[in-house]
Amino acid sequence: MKRPFLNIHSLNFAYQADAILEGVSFDASEGEITMLVGASGSGKSTMLRLINRLTEPPAGAIWLNGEDVTTLNPLALRRRVGLVFQRPYLFTGTVADNIRYGPRLVGNELSDETVSGLLTAVLLSPELAKTAVETLSGGQIQRVAIARVLANEPELILLDEPTTALDPRAAKQVEETISNLCQNRGLTVIWVTHDVAQVRRVADRIVFLQKGKVMAQGNLTEMFELKHDAFHTFVNGLVQP
Amino acid sequence: MIELDLLPELSGIWRVFAAMLLVGLAVGISYWQSIDIEREMFVATARAFIQLIAIGYVLELIFAQEHPLWIVLMLLIMCIAAARTAVRRGQGIPNAGWITFISIGVGTIVTLSSLLALRIFTFDAQTMIPIGGMILGSSMTTAALTLNRLKTDFKADRHVVEEALALGAAQTQAARPIYKRAIHSAMIPTVDAARSVGLVKLPGAMTGLILAGVPPLQAVQIQMIVMYMLISAAAFTGLGCALLGYRQFFTEAEQLRPSVVFQE
Repeated sequence: MKRPFLNIHSLNFAYQADAILEGVSFDASEGEITMLVGASGSGKSTMLRLINRLTEPPAGAIWLNGEDVTTLNPLALRRRVGLVFQRPYLFTGTVADNIRYGPRLVGNELSDETVSGLLTAVLLSPELAKTAVETLSGGQIQRVAIARVLANEPELILLDEPTTALDPRAAKQVEETISNLCQNRGLTVIWVTHDVAQVRRVADRIVFLQKGKVMAQGNLTEMFELKHDAFHTFVNGLVQP
Repeated sequence: MIELDLLPELSGIWRVFAAMLLVGLAVGISYWQSIDIEREMFVATARAFIQLIAIGYVLELIFAQEHPLWIVLMLLIMCIAAARTAVRRGQGIPNAGWITFISIGVGTIVTLSSLLALRIFTFDAQTMIPIGGMILGSSMTTAALTLNRLKTDFKADRHVVEEALALGAAQTQAARPIYKRAIHSAMIPTVDAARSVGLVKLPGAMTGLILAGVPPLQAVQIQMIVMYMLISAAAFTGLGCALLGYRQFFTEAEQLRPSVVFQE
């Protein structure tokens, strides 16, 4: 296993007296895709919000490269940890306006070449830069959202079911995009999904969550061949509904 | 006509009672058509009567005082009342009471001081209280509309705000489209009133002056000053209310505050 870049250590989180996450611990390694797998309501999306502090986590539970995230400036943290929502919202304007959004917040104006490079990195044509976002397809929107996050040069990317709203072809393109980014840029990725076939295609490491608790974790071989009981039931439940 | 010797100022009150016949007609219509608003009309009519008679006496009292502090005190009380009314639109927003009080106060102080500095009006009770009242009333509406719009838009557009926050935007940057819209929408009634003045209806100040026997062209000048000062007051109140208000939707760690944004 490579060097852990993100450590989650005995994380408990409750909202309005309802326990959402209980004693969650796992590591995500540099340059790898860690997939958080589980049914709806298992706390996967909350996990992502806590990592980049859109929701405040308890102190001492989430460590990014050896630093407790609650001690970091939240704005700087969010530039280091990009979050792509399940249904991203693109700001009114062109694709290029959206990609330039993050750097502009801190006074950096990306050149046309950089914008083209980011579009290429997410397997989109650089010619799309001047297109108004209203004309994009679902798959294009998702990849523009990823390019927009990449523009901040993050070290870690959090993906919240990025392919759920996409057709299989567009979903494959997003998977390829992310796999390429991990291999070529050494990007660390936490990817929330409930799609077992997708897990088999892209995961380096799997963390299986059920009702806010980590029921099993390991690499593909460990998880699918050793067949942890709860994970096995979950996989079968989805494959043969 | 009954002469009320004990209350010489109210000798014309019979006209008020006569006008109440019109409310009686409205009550009749409500009853006839089962609109079921008779009770509210009774209460509103009675409240208007009592409140206005009371304020009439208060004004008589203050106009008789020499000291300027009385004027300031009266405006302060009116400002508190305006803030308390406006705050109802901001229920659920932390510190909404202070926000409405400060923003209405700032809008009124800036506008009144400008009117005084430009020597448009003089600092006396007869001028300051009615003019201040008009500014406060208009600012009250602006503050209420601003808070209401902030509340609605933060709920409706919370995913847009979170998208911006997730990309590293500070709360000011993430909230800018929302507070700009809030100021804009809160200023629309004042700007529209100025746009249509004289075409659609003759506004209150001008009507009052003409009824009191002031020549129309003089009344028109006062009305123009009133319209312009209300635009200024709306801008300052809306700006103050929006800038103080949007911060209440965020935590110190630049997150949307769940208790405010996610409440039902």
